[in-house]
Amino acid sequence: MSFFKKLSLKGFGEKKKDMPEGQWQKCPACETMLHEIDLSENLRVCPKCGHHYPLDSEERINSLIDEGTWQPMDSHLRTANPLGFKAYKEKVEASAKKTGLNEAVTTGRGSMEGYPVSLGVMDFRFQGASMGSVVGEKLTRAIEAATAERRACIIVSASGGARMHEGILSLMQMAKTSGALAMHHEAGLPFISVLTHPTFGGTTASFATLGDIILAEPKCIIGFAGPVVIRETTHQKLPPGFQTAEFMMSHGLVDRIVKRHDLRGEIVQFLRYFMPAPTVIEGRAATVIA
Amino acid sequence: MKMTPLEFEKPIVELQDQLNELLKKSAGQNINVDKEAAAMQQKIEKLRSKTYKNLTSWQRVQIARHPARPYLLDYVEACFGEFIELHGDRHIGDDDAMPGGLATIGGRRVMLVGHQKGRDTKENLKRNFGCAHPEGYRKAMRLMRMAEKFGIPILSLIDTPGAYPGVQAEERNIAESIAFNLREMMTLRVPVVAVIIGEGGSGGALGIGVANRVLMLENAYYSVISPEGCAAILWKDRKFAPEAAEALRLTATDLKKFGIVDEVIAEPLDGAHKDLAVASDNLKSAILKHFCDLDGLTPDQIRAGRYAKFRKYGEFTEPTA
Repeated sequence: MSFFKKLSLKGFGEKKKDMPEGQWQKCPACETMLHEIDLSENLRVCPKCGHHYPLDSEERINSLIDEGTWQPMDSHLRTANPLGFKAYKEKVEASAKKTGLNEAVTTGRGSMEGYPVSLGVMDFRFQGASMGSVVGEKLTRAIEAATAERRACIIVSASGGARMHEGILSLMQMAKTSGALAMHHEAGLPFISVLTHPTFGGTTASFATLGDIILAEPKCIIGFAGPVVIRETTHQKLPPGFQTAEFMMSHGLVDRIVKRHDLRGEIVQFLRYFMPAPTVIEGRAATVIA
Repeated sequence: MKMTPLEFEKPIVELQDQLNELLKKSAGQNINVDKEAAAMQQKIEKLRSKTYKNLTSWQRVQIARHPARPYLLDYVEACFGEFIELHGDRHIGDDDAMPGGLATIGGRRVMLVGHQKGRDTKENLKRNFGCAHPEGYRKAMRLMRMAEKFGIPILSLIDTPGAYPGVQAEERNIAESIAFNLREMMTLRVPVVAVIIGEGGSGGALGIGVANRVLMLENAYYSVISPEGCAAILWKDRKFAPEAAEALRLTATDLKKFGIVDEVIAEPLDGAHKDLAVASDNLKSAILKHFCDLDGLTPDQIRAGRYAKFRKYGEFTEPTA
């Protein structure tokens, strides 16, 4: 990972900063000047105030999966333009070039403290991690693999919702992913959904809210409809802290708010309750976990 | 009710008004205008046919939203045997935007769920413009589970601009109420037929739309986002809704091509609201035909067939390395 890569700060509710290309930037929460190295060595969490910056899928996977066990899946799938939507192909190509990813979700197999998992991580830099056919298909295949191979399923969401450019086919990905989760659910396997900033629309209204356990990063914004739409449609006054992880937890919508540094430990703790103790760590010699 | 013509219908209405005027005048003066009247009538018919057989996507959206368009309860009245409404999600309340209950159609028992809009302000306050809250989706799921318990097929009539985007809906987890339905509907072992009778507004429609057969009235639309919403985001201005409607490929014919819709149900030439009897006859026979098709299948086949139908949706390329 390049230390000099321009940070994506286009988070929901955050001001877009026009920082020059460089190694220093101001924390949007506490305004401390932070060096890029401090951030990247700290899982992109402000060392001063704990503000969680968006995390690339690659960094997220590294932070969760046992070293040397990650096997990506379906990175060869390519987005089509089924509706012939103007400029869509170019937008996707630009995102692919910018991120080095084939689409807005990265999926694969790996282990966490030896527990076999299927992991999907959405990357907000890629078209706002909206869900089109490829995102839906990759997640569905990852869930189906989890069901077939008796793996836990973990999906880290960050998404603007369903992708308009693929019209109804994007909407259908909601049913497809949820359907795959139905089979995984019936097989008695755990699904842990991790919500990060921001998660909205068709993503929230499908797999992201179907976790046996739903975890959220501090202060991330989660919802079905965006605050602007709600205000314009209903002329309602939005309560303070509306749609933050903390608001969602106080309304009973998420199980726990978990800081990024604790996420791996939290997930593993649940796997210890839900899964048989692993005897073989993938790709490595057998180790018994106490 | 009195119908205000849509913009594209105005030329037809003007001609009709002229004809009416002519007939009225001639009646008073005992002049024979049969020939002129016949010519005008022919002209009107030609224009009607031309207009309604070449509707743009946006014009269809307007017909789908027409305030006189038949709603769920109009069809119940017109072509169902009986309807015993059942209320409430058993947790927080009852949602009048999403009625449901036991019903008969063509002598068949069904569990009916669907959206209901209102025709005037008072009704719309009650029906919330057909925008359901979480309790609506949860009531629908309660009824669908009941149907499964008693082996009763499920009929879902979809007509919503979308699930309600409001503070209370968010607080009560509207997203989860839809997601839960998507997951649970996939596991039902009784046949489910869904018909989009008006607006198929995104997740709000899909939340009761995971069916073995998805049918659609000719002038209904079904879309991931409203044309206005899409225009606001991609064109930066809601006035480009007609362009967005075209680009989203949201008409019944488009969706048949994508394999999303199994059958397009014909409407009377100028829309279902012009002739409820014809529209409801067509609706009823399509519903019965598809339930009949599903009759021979076992519960496991019903369930597997539904998953297979939705599993295949998506278009992408998979180049071999």
